[in-house]
Amino acid sequence: MNLLLLFISAAIVNNFVLTYFLGICPFVGVSKRVSSAVSMGLAVMFVMTITAAVTWLIYHLLLVPYQIEILEYVSFILVIASLVQLVEMFIKKVSKPLYDTLGIFLPLITTNCAILGLALFSVLREYSFIESLVFGIGAGAGFTLALVIMAGIREELELSNIPKPFRGAGITMIVAGSLALAFMGFAGLISM
Amino acid sequence: MDINTLIIAIASMGGLGLLFSAGLSLAEKKFYVEEDPRIEKILNELPGANCGGCGYPGCAKFAEVVVAGEAEINGCPVSDDEARKAIGEILGVDVDSGEKQIARLMCQGGNYETAKKAEYAGIKSCLGASYFGGGEKMCEYACLGFGECVEACTFDAMYMSENGLPVILDDKCTGCGKCAEVCPQDIIEMHPESHKLFVFCKNLDGAKNARKVCIKACIACGICVRNVEEGEMEMKDNLAIVNYDIYGKEAKLPTDKCPTGCLAIIGKPIVDEPAEKVEA
Repeated sequence: MNLLLLFISAAIVNNFVLTYFLGICPFVGVSKRVSSAVSMGLAVMFVMTITAAVTWLIYHLLLVPYQIEILEYVSFILVIASLVQLVEMFIKKVSKPLYDTLGIFLPLITTNCAILGLALFSVLREYSFIESLVFGIGAGAGFTLALVIMAGIREELELSNIPKPFRGAGITMIVAGSLALAFMGFAGLISM
Repeated sequence: MDINTLIIAIASMGGLGLLFSAGLSLAEKKFYVEEDPRIEKILNELPGANCGGCGYPGCAKFAEVVVAGEAEINGCPVSDDEARKAIGEILGVDVDSGEKQIARLMCQGGNYETAKKAEYAGIKSCLGASYFGGGEKMCEYACLGFGECVEACTFDAMYMSENGLPVILDDKCTGCGKCAEVCPQDIIEMHPESHKLFVFCKNLDGAKNARKVCIKACIACGICVRNVEEGEMEMKDNLAIVNYDIYGKEAKLPTDKCPTGCLAIIGKPIVDEPAEKVEA
């Protein structure tokens, strides 16, 4: 039950993109088509989940016993960068069109603050291994959710008559802000 | 912090790095994607400046589209004949290598030659000046002189002269066309290297006005047109134009016939010192 609440908390109430404003770059960059938004979301979710697991192991089995917690940033970034490379190779092998669609945003997952944020949060909140794994999946699901909602709205926007000054980046920012406002409605639903 | 911590830190991070790199290199083997080996070869022949002159986001992308057959082999304006031939050999096709293009400034109206209509104190950019009253020179077709083209040049082939005009160094110019693109006055043109004779002016005003704004303006007197064979040159909108197709490549016209010196041969300035400075 606790884990389910944790999942919902990470995915919706404390959504990484819309509540913490982490990972805004791909949120705006890869949210033009729902299909590519889903793939981007899944790629981030994969990286997040594995990152959560591996960083937990590294932190609790290596950094804490040897009292070198100071190196958590370095080691976490190392994990994330390697994982992103792996995902990149995998996607390039499996689907070249998808690889081209994601473009620069795929290697940019490396520097996506949402992922480092996730690793640091789970250290800060002293999650157990299972908890941080669930936290990772939840955060990834939340990221995917935000991206897909945004992409859905932007697909509709393309067909609608937007006042000239708002076209392009302007309306995207307004939509992102409104979405964040909407997600604030969940605040206080679960306090974790 | 004792030395042990240091050793542990180095060992643990080094170990992690090694572990991940080993994992990645294994994965690389497993997920290896066969790329056309010709892409790599062509990339080696390209200049590697990633200037974007071809219209693609970089040399790598250009190599890719050339192999895919979506771009011409001589689509890279920077590469020389040798490189194009090499690329042609890689792809197994003959290349009709276009002649090397060089940027030419079609204006001789420097600070000395042109009259000023006002002091321009706006932002120091050609584009800015072109929006705001067309800069400080009387001639509305003249070079604005803020050197946006020099900034755009990625090959150090241009500099601003003391007279406030950009100078193009032929041997360094690769013909990528960046400068011509950024010039808001459209007075930088790309011409084949063999073209030597030019009308270095874009002023479309009549004789009286052109004379007033710049001592090197084309005043549409038509002397040049009368001195060449039929069709080699023509007057159009108060400006002499060289028809290179008919005129051929040799610069044979006696340019000293031109009263203002706007018609000139590259490398041979006919009118060295202007007789007098124009006053506005």
